[in-house]
Amino acid sequence: MHVITRRLRRLAPQLIALAIILGVISLVAPGFLTVSVQNGRLYGSLIDILVRAAPVALLTVGMTLVIATRGIDLSIGAVIAICGAVAASLITEGYSLPVVIAISLGVGIACGLWNGVLVAILDIQPIIATLILMVAGRGIAQLITEGVILTFNDDTFSALGSGAFAGIPIPIYLWLGTALIVGLLMRRTALGFLIEATGINRRAASLAGVRARFLIFAAYAISGLCAAIAGMIVTADIRGADANNAGLWLELDAILAVVVGGTSLNGGRFSITASLIGALIIQSINTGILVSGFPPEFNLIIKAGIIIIVLTLQSPAVMTLLGFMKFSRRRETLTHGTKEATR
Amino acid sequence: MKKALVAAAAAAIFATLSSGVSAQSLTVGFSQIGSESGWRAAETTVTKQEAEKRGVTLKFADAQQKQENQIKAIRGFIAQGVDAILIAPVVATGWDAVLKEAKEENIPVILLDREIESPKDLYLTAVTSDQVFEGKVAGEWLAKEVGSKDCKVVELQGTTGSSPAINRKKGFEEGIKAATNIKIVRSQTGDFTRTKGKEVMESFIKAEGGGKDICAVYAHNDDMAVGAIQAIKEAGLKPGTDIKVVSIDAVPDIFQAMAKGEANATVELTPNMAGPAFDALDAYLKDKKEPKKWIQTESKLYTQADDPMKVYEAKKGLGY
Repeated sequence: MHVITRRLRRLAPQLIALAIILGVISLVAPGFLTVSVQNGRLYGSLIDILVRAAPVALLTVGMTLVIATRGIDLSIGAVIAICGAVAASLITEGYSLPVVIAISLGVGIACGLWNGVLVAILDIQPIIATLILMVAGRGIAQLITEGVILTFNDDTFSALGSGAFAGIPIPIYLWLGTALIVGLLMRRTALGFLIEATGINRRAASLAGVRARFLIFAAYAISGLCAAIAGMIVTADIRGADANNAGLWLELDAILAVVVGGTSLNGGRFSITASLIGALIIQSINTGILVSGFPPEFNLIIKAGIIIIVLTLQSPAVMTLLGFMKFSRRRETLTHGTKEATR
Repeated sequence: MKKALVAAAAAAIFATLSSGVSAQSLTVGFSQIGSESGWRAAETTVTKQEAEKRGVTLKFADAQQKQENQIKAIRGFIAQGVDAILIAPVVATGWDAVLKEAKEENIPVILLDREIESPKDLYLTAVTSDQVFEGKVAGEWLAKEVGSKDCKVVELQGTTGSSPAINRKKGFEEGIKAATNIKIVRSQTGDFTRTKGKEVMESFIKAEGGGKDICAVYAHNDDMAVGAIQAIKEAGLKPGTDIKVVSIDAVPDIFQAMAKGEANATVELTPNMAGPAFDALDAYLKDKKEPKKWIQTESKLYTQADDPMKVYEAKKGLGY
């Protein structure tokens, strides 16, 4: 019981922010919160948020781990494009679904390992190391698709993006499942703890016997794997691989989600759940803007404005201020109380 | 000395031309921006085809999105003494110096697809489409299609602030101005991409009573329309029937959708800018006839009645 309240307290700022944002949108757009069943599947704006959040949520899982090791992965948007292109080209060549999925995931892991080599072995700064694949990745994807939007007609593969199982869209299973597996792996074993140790002080962790190099490798590999799943969802969704636009700038949304989730870019303590709520906050804003009917010129300003408010409320300065107010109030009642007693 | 020689050579070329040799011996340089989009690749293919059809020797230079590469290529063309130069300019400014060099050598320059901010006497003519007109053709088609019925339209805009988005919006509004029964109820940007087109359409459908109130979607390009069609299908409605779909560009994929009855109309942004350019060049070199400073390409409307599969087959090989 105590554990649950402690966890809730950790997640409180993100949950409150999400609730307020959803509340405000439902005021602007009536019917926003209604969920119904249509054609045997759940249907409504809230479901849209969960489905559309899938790519960023998946990236966020990997990004949280990478950031916890005090790194950053800018390449994942491009990895989405590469894996999407690989999946689409394999499908057009008639490979079976398991082969397509296995190879795409393999390519994603390979991309992650490439980043891992640059960061963990060559000790290149993560922002530069992953920038290389961010720039080159779209070129690679374009080579695979030969510069066109590679379309395909395969109902089983496209189900990954727009299908449903037991009434719930498949992308939701994919991101929740991935997050659950990675989360359990981190928290039910010592892995998460060791990653935090690596992020806080790599040298100290190494001296204490933590295999920091391996952990950094693993973090980037998982990040690549998550990007591969996201890439397949994005590609399956529109039944085509768009090397130019698939996953464009999503790495920035993922970093934002991690920061909104309260994980420090300086590495160390992390919370995958909080990051995922961060991803949901970002997608709620995106979907909210679309249903609210504002002209598109306002999109980015509204998004930035809301995020500034959320981040300000979570900032150390405001937290200290709140803590101070609570403390002084308590002292006030205390002194008041003693006065009463002496009287 | 060198200049005099070149001038003499130019004079000789003109002499041979005026003495009745047809355009067959022409050599034309073409400085292309790059191959950033399917349409651009198709433009390159069509330009090569048009040149071959006319027996023109085409020297092709890909600038890979850089103006400096284009200027280098143009200087190269001038040094090789080509008969004319086609440029698809990557930006609007900074062309004066190199165009003057071409003019001094009496090499006519024709702009393709985009215009530039240079004195008009520095180039022969510009062949471009009229983006406002494209939107207007789409709007007028819809007005005719729905007749006097009330019609709520949702609009998928291009990238906010880009000139095709601004102009195609303006044109469409002009096209439906006379029809007071047609109203644009929602308008959002889909960034010219399929993914965003689908996502925005999903939210439009939810915001407008499950999509039953929407009579048509107007997309600023075909890719967004393809995304919107998928969103309509997944909402349990029939694209093309329940919600009409009209868009611009005429890329091959939209013809497949049209053949299936899922899209209704598209306005072509023709990749054939070179055809009219070569025609104008011919007339100019043969009869010294100065063309107008702006040649507008045809914005052809395609509907389901135009045998979409046949158009698809014809367009498929162009490199879209």
